[in-house]
Amino acid sequence: MSESYLDVMNRKSKIMKDALNLDYEKFEAEGIGFYYERLMMDSGYSIDDVRKIQLDNNVGNTPLIELKRLSAYARKFAKEGYGARIFLKDEAANLSGSFKARRAAMAIHQAKKLGYKGVIAATSGNYGAAVAALAARAGLKCIIVQECYDSNGIGQPEIIEKARACEAYGAEVVQLSVGPELFYQFLLLLEETKYFNASLYSPYGIMGIETLGFEIANELVNREHQYPNVVICTNAGGGNLTGTARGLIKAGSKDTQIIAASVDLTGLHMASDGDFNKKSFTTGHTGFGIPFSTFPDRSDVPRSAARPLRYMDRYVLVNQGSVFFITEALAILEGMERGPAGNISLAAAFAIAQELPKDQIIVVQETEYTGAGKHMNAQVSFASDRGVEMLLGNPLDEKAGKNIIFPKSGKLLKYKEIPIDQLRISYLKHYSDQLLFDLDYDYLAVELKTDVNHVKALLEGIHETKK
Amino acid sequence: MIEKNTFVQIYKVVLSSSERSSNLPDDTKRLPFEMRVKGKLMSKASIGDVVEIKTATNRVEQGILLSVEPFFTHTFGHHVQALKDVRDIILSEMEDVTHE
Repeated sequence: MSESYLDVMNRKSKIMKDALNLDYEKFEAEGIGFYYERLMMDSGYSIDDVRKIQLDNNVGNTPLIELKRLSAYARKFAKEGYGARIFLKDEAANLSGSFKARRAAMAIHQAKKLGYKGVIAATSGNYGAAVAALAARAGLKCIIVQECYDSNGIGQPEIIEKARACEAYGAEVVQLSVGPELFYQFLLLLEETKYFNASLYSPYGIMGIETLGFEIANELVNREHQYPNVVICTNAGGGNLTGTARGLIKAGSKDTQIIAASVDLTGLHMASDGDFNKKSFTTGHTGFGIPFSTFPDRSDVPRSAARPLRYMDRYVLVNQGSVFFITEALAILEGMERGPAGNISLAAAFAIAQELPKDQIIVVQETEYTGAGKHMNAQVSFASDRGVEMLLGNPLDEKAGKNIIFPKSGKLLKYKEIPIDQLRISYLKHYSDQLLFDLDYDYLAVELKTDVNHVKALLEGIHETKK
Repeated sequence: MIEKNTFVQIYKVVLSSSERSSNLPDDTKRLPFEMRVKGKLMSKASIGDVVEIKTATNRVEQGILLSVEPFFTHTFGHHVQALKDVRDIILSEMEDVTHE
């Protein structure tokens, strides 16, 4: 069979279908939509089944820790009576050191059940280590495909560390240079090996996270007799937020405000070889967070189960310097040394806590392990060696790739807000040239967590701008 | 000569610049799309030779022999003064803060 780029991409549907043993066609609705809940329920796993599979694998039931010193620090900058209590779900306690083990546990369980001999995942992040660790437990072969090196052969230290972890669990790591053709190589490997596609965006990848939201809601009800007022999720591919929100709802926490947080890497091109090693975050950033929120079906499956705009109430951005600042604060005020990428939503929580009454509860729903390469100091020193300037000042002035600005006081740690309507408009632009019917508008209203009239108004706005 | 079964890393151009996706920024477009993989050398060879290796999943990959017995050298990085300054800021701002 031809291995040319176009020929392989044209075989995509067939390769994907064989690699998940899931026929997405049967979930397609008339018009632009599809039956999301049917896709999520098709596997037949209840949340109790998911919890059992995870607990059998040493995944889940992680500690929920109140950050009293960090909350008091935030309160110092809030007006009288304000400064919410910040709780942190210590997901670093999972097998392989991140919440990604929840997703991997389900993908691996499904792969094993269907009789696949191995699994493949395309990821440069913690998910690789999670899939590798869970595959090792299940006795399955594992290949992790990473975007790792720039054209000078220099690897991002965080991604190199992930490769090390994957190898530690016996996986084969295929390391690629910068570019979206990673997907091409991923397809070739699926075709060659006939392994299972442990996609982050399959229903299994998302239902695995539902337990995270479920645990947060139940534990807070038991301990504090209330649901969380706010849950903040670091947002990249959208699965973290989607799964957590679904789990909260399943536990009855229906009024919790769901806030997405990403690191602001505006100005850096995600497919640029030159920009690749200028970013100090390889995930949780705007380069994934915004495109995957506004066009979820760009993923490696026909219909992504990660659909964050269905659940998101707000979307905030923090800069790199603020996340490093809060990572340092977590270590020296709370005795928790954790990886910076897991602390993106914690940086946002520090600022948002100051806007809420002090009896309210904000939950930051993840941490990740740290170590050589994926330590704050490793990232900052790598960036400074590449000419990125290190400054103390107002973090909102940071220019990603040129400098990292650490807040010169906790008081200056602030976020930028992306209006949800701006994200909805970006989403709707994919459909603005199509003739839409009532069922399409109904679908779009659910996709965008709004009503039909608002969808129509936003679409009219897009048409006006075009004129 | 490097002996058969030695643990090595190979390098391969997966797509030349002309074969790449059409939708790329300029600095990436002019580069080949490259791959590096590790495994056991299947027959003895020298650095720079085109060789075959057997990977951790028992796949056979072909490429240019890049390095012998590769190992990880990533670290916690060197001293960065700004991070020490951040620590001092946090500790000094917390001096007058009490919590229950």
